[in-house]
Amino acid sequence: MEAFNIFIKSAFIDNMIFAYFLGMCSFLAVSKKVSTAVGLGAAVIFVLTITVPINWLLQEYVLKEGALTWMGADFESIDLSFLSFIMFIAIIAAMVQLVEMVIEKVSPALYGSLGIFLPLIAVNCAILGASLFMVQRDYTLVEATAYGSGSGFGWFLAIIALAAIREKLKYSNVPNGLKGLGITMILTGLMGIAFKSFIGIVL
Amino acid sequence: MSTETLEQAIVKEPSEPLFSKRRKKFITDPLNDDNPITIQVLGICSALAVTVKMQPTLVMSIAVVFVVVFSNLIISLMRNIIPGRIRIIVQLAIVATLVTLVSEFLKAYLFDMYKVLGAFVGLIITNCIVMGRLEAFAMANKAYDSVLDGLGSGFGYAWIILTVAFFRELLGSGSVFDFPVYGTIQNLTGFAIPTNGLMVDSIGAFMVLGIIIWIQRTKNGYVEH
Repeated sequence: MEAFNIFIKSAFIDNMIFAYFLGMCSFLAVSKKVSTAVGLGAAVIFVLTITVPINWLLQEYVLKEGALTWMGADFESIDLSFLSFIMFIAIIAAMVQLVEMVIEKVSPALYGSLGIFLPLIAVNCAILGASLFMVQRDYTLVEATAYGSGSGFGWFLAIIALAAIREKLKYSNVPNGLKGLGITMILTGLMGIAFKSFIGIVL
Repeated sequence: MSTETLEQAIVKEPSEPLFSKRRKKFITDPLNDDNPITIQVLGICSALAVTVKMQPTLVMSIAVVFVVVFSNLIISLMRNIIPGRIRIIVQLAIVATLVTLVSEFLKAYLFDMYKVLGAFVGLIITNCIVMGRLEAFAMANKAYDSVLDGLGSGFGYAWIILTVAFFRELLGSGSVFDFPVYGTIQNLTGFAIPTNGLMVDSIGAFMVLGIIIWIQRTKNGYVEH
């Protein structure tokens, strides 16, 4: 039950975009059309659901202070946590490579429409951010998985909602300087206010 | 006579002045016309979350300038020996190493700041500005030019997030660099100004940045299609 609460909380209340500004670059760049936004959102859910538990195992059994105890008493005092950035990003880059190969095989059309943004998931801060927050908050393996998939789902919701608004925005009269990035920022802020209303919900 | 001028031309060519017009552009362009945040739409992710107060924002800016300058320098020195296929991993490894250095330095000397910034220092790794400059500039240019380019992009990023932080701290907490502006006004005039909680929240950052972009683009006439 705790894991389910974490899923809901990370999707709506601690939403990656509206509460932490993570993954903004691809969020802003790929949200012009709903169809591509759905593809990228699904890829992000997948990568997050897989990498967060893998990084949890890595942190728990390799990197944390005293994590190497399973190798023998000599390794008890070793603290490799300074390596966490490099290890996490390596896992993420490997997973993104995998997703890229799978999408290319299964759905070449989607692969073509995502183009450069697919490899860019590797530098999507939402993915690395989820791994770092997971360490900070001392989740268990199940909770970490729920957290990963929940944040992925929240990111998916956010990008689809914004893409839907931006498709309509094409037909409206926006001041020249505000076109594109400016109005998108303000829209994201307004959507953020809507998401704030979830804060009152006690889980 | 003609051979003399020819020789002079050959000698003069490689010794370009340290701050020639071409090189000055590397620094000045990203400040306004080609700003990484407001025009290229990069690096917004890890930046805005730290802009509630000026001080952590300043530390974050210094960290990003350091990382982008040195990763640009290292990559441009190594550019001829990096195989094209694995360049992204090499770049990520170098950036991650530099960010680890910054993070360990903060942990050792500025622990309070480290606690405030938390995971966001680590997120400099995935800052698109750093990766973008490595891909677009350092892979194809000489070391000194790359350093200048890194400085330009770093400062272009820094002034935007410092401006955002200034308005968010002033309106949200009523202070600047933790100096209580609103409190001082109240003491001097007896006139109390309420602070705005929206600015402390993430929504404030979106709004302030949106307005900055609006003003800047209206001024330099950039229109996105």
